Amino acid sequence: MDAVLLTHPWSVWTIIVPLAAAVLAFLVPRRAPLAGIITALSVALFVAATAYRIFLAGPHTQMLGGWQAPLGITLRADGPALIMLLTSGLVGLTVSLYATGYFTAADRQQRYFWPLWLLLWAACNALFLSGDLFNLYVTLELVTLSSIALAALNGSPAALDGAMRYLLAGLLGSLSYLLGVALIYGAYGTVDLTLLGQTVRADGLSRAALALMTAGLLLKTALFPLHFWLPPAHASAPPPVSALLSGLVVKAPLLILFRLWFEVFPDTATAGMAHLLGILGCGAIIWGSLMALRQQRLKLLVAYSTVAQIGYFFLLFPLARGEAAATAWVGVFLLVLAHGCSKASMFLVCGTITRLAGHDRLAGLAGAGGTLGARLLVFALAAVTLVGMPPSSGFIAKWLLINAAIVAGQWWYLATIALGTLLASGYVLRVLSLAFTESQSPPLPVAPRILRWPPLALSVVAVLLGLAAFHPAVLTLAGAPVSGIILLEMVP
Amino acid sequence: MSVPLIYTAAGIFLFLLGTYGLVAYAHLLRKILAANIMGSGVFMAFIAVAGRTPGAPDPVPHAMVLTGIVVTVAFTSVALALAVRIARTSSRVHLSGRDEEQ
Repeated sequence: MDAVLLTHPWSVWTIIVPLAAAVLAFLVPRRAPLAGIITALSVALFVAATAYRIFLAGPHTQMLGGWQAPLGITLRADGPALIMLLTSGLVGLTVSLYATGYFTAADRQQRYFWPLWLLLWAACNALFLSGDLFNLYVTLELVTLSSIALAALNGSPAALDGAMRYLLAGLLGSLSYLLGVALIYGAYGTVDLTLLGQTVRADGLSRAALALMTAGLLLKTALFPLHFWLPPAHASAPPPVSALLSGLVVKAPLLILFRLWFEVFPDTATAGMAHLLGILGCGAIIWGSLMALRQQRLKLLVAYSTVAQIGYFFLLFPLARGEAAATAWVGVFLLVLAHGCSKASMFLVCGTITRLAGHDRLAGLAGAGGTLGARLLVFALAAVTLVGMPPSSGFIAKWLLINAAIVAGQWWYLATIALGTLLASGYVLRVLSLAFTESQSPPLPVAPRILRWPPLALSVVAVLLGLAAFHPAVLTLAGAPVSGIILLEMVP
Repeated sequence: MSVPLIYTAAGIFLFLLGTYGLVAYAHLLRKILAANIMGSGVFMAFIAVAGRTPGAPDPVPHAMVLTGIVVTVAFTSVALALAVRIARTSSRVHLSGRDEEQ
């Protein structure tokens, strides 16, 4: 039993199953929700098996079809990939369950939601497992293409506009990345991440290629000030799609950035370049939070909160230099997991509220006690993780980041994390205060169970992950490009 | 100046030209065309890379360009479909301005 568990390439199935299900869902739309649920459950199982294998037997690689690089495709299941797969498994399972209740059989959107979402899922998992620059490009394009189609799903003018913006920004970003890949291939004759990590020289050409690829990926991750396309695309999509875009899709280019900076170009990137990304991250935290504070619509508020949270991930670049590297690395990856769960849950709650109230204008939701009050409670539970209150996973992640900032002696990042947390509690409380205002609004109907339980379950998981953060934290470092001890106490 | 270098430089020039077009023009069709010019620039750089060694050209960049062309075609068709839909639903051929969004 153990022999099979420890030698079978489980991670490959997380790509094959959604891909096959996407085709099935397209051909037989009537059975699409069933195919989606079966896929979601099996992907969760395969991710768990991959985690078990990495935990006991360490990271592993898999040559597809037995073909060697550069012609074949190498898939790598290591710690960072595993955390991404965990996020994708948790968010994907919850959103799939929610979507079976959100889209009805008569709905035209359901016909296209399932094939596109399952394709997106396969592409995301393939990206997380990819081991070379070109395969990362192809999978990133698959992710973007299916995301664009999903963002345009409801066909409203706002959604079409948001999707078009997303598409143009995505094209600019990916072509810039691809030009960087061309320069790298021209100089070193390979696109394999591991081989490049051993051969890359810290010269001008490498730096130019790194700058091109980074710029393209920043646009795709929507780091401030390149975030202009994110709020319209995320806020005008149907809620299950927004949950996927914010919870999962923005992390795909992020993982490529981490792989580039820490595996391929650890010596090429200068401290100045790392601090530039860190400062942009700080800008994202403050600007995104301020914009979230002044939004009038619930979904836009949550979308700007994503802009802010993306900023935290970029603190890894300046903080993961020196002795605090492992601490910052684990902190950021736990934050990816925590943010994925809490943000997806928040968007799903938004969807339920919009479905019940018929709109998502904050002013119109005042006095939302009663039926909506319970929804707002789930929102609050998800916000516990987002803001980073103990004992949630968001708390552990921010604690590690703060520790890393103190150990590295970079106090200004500490100040930004603190300020960002304060602003985050501000915009979350703005939503929660709605439940405590009095008004004579008529009582709303109760939402069906399938629209109530999945977001609650996901936010509970996000909080509880904080109590069981040890295993994910250790797994993050399996095969990671940084090593060292995880510093839990503040010692400047 | 060697031949691959000239092609790489020309590819980068096309890439920059396309970037300018993508950012500067408001008309969606022009933006889509500009993105295609960017793509051609990148592919030209790849092909130049294939010829950097003497003898038979390296086949791997060619395979990459073929894959890239497939991706670009897919993107272009989705972009055109979106542009047509935007033109039909809101009779615009450009993205909405910042003030219109509010």
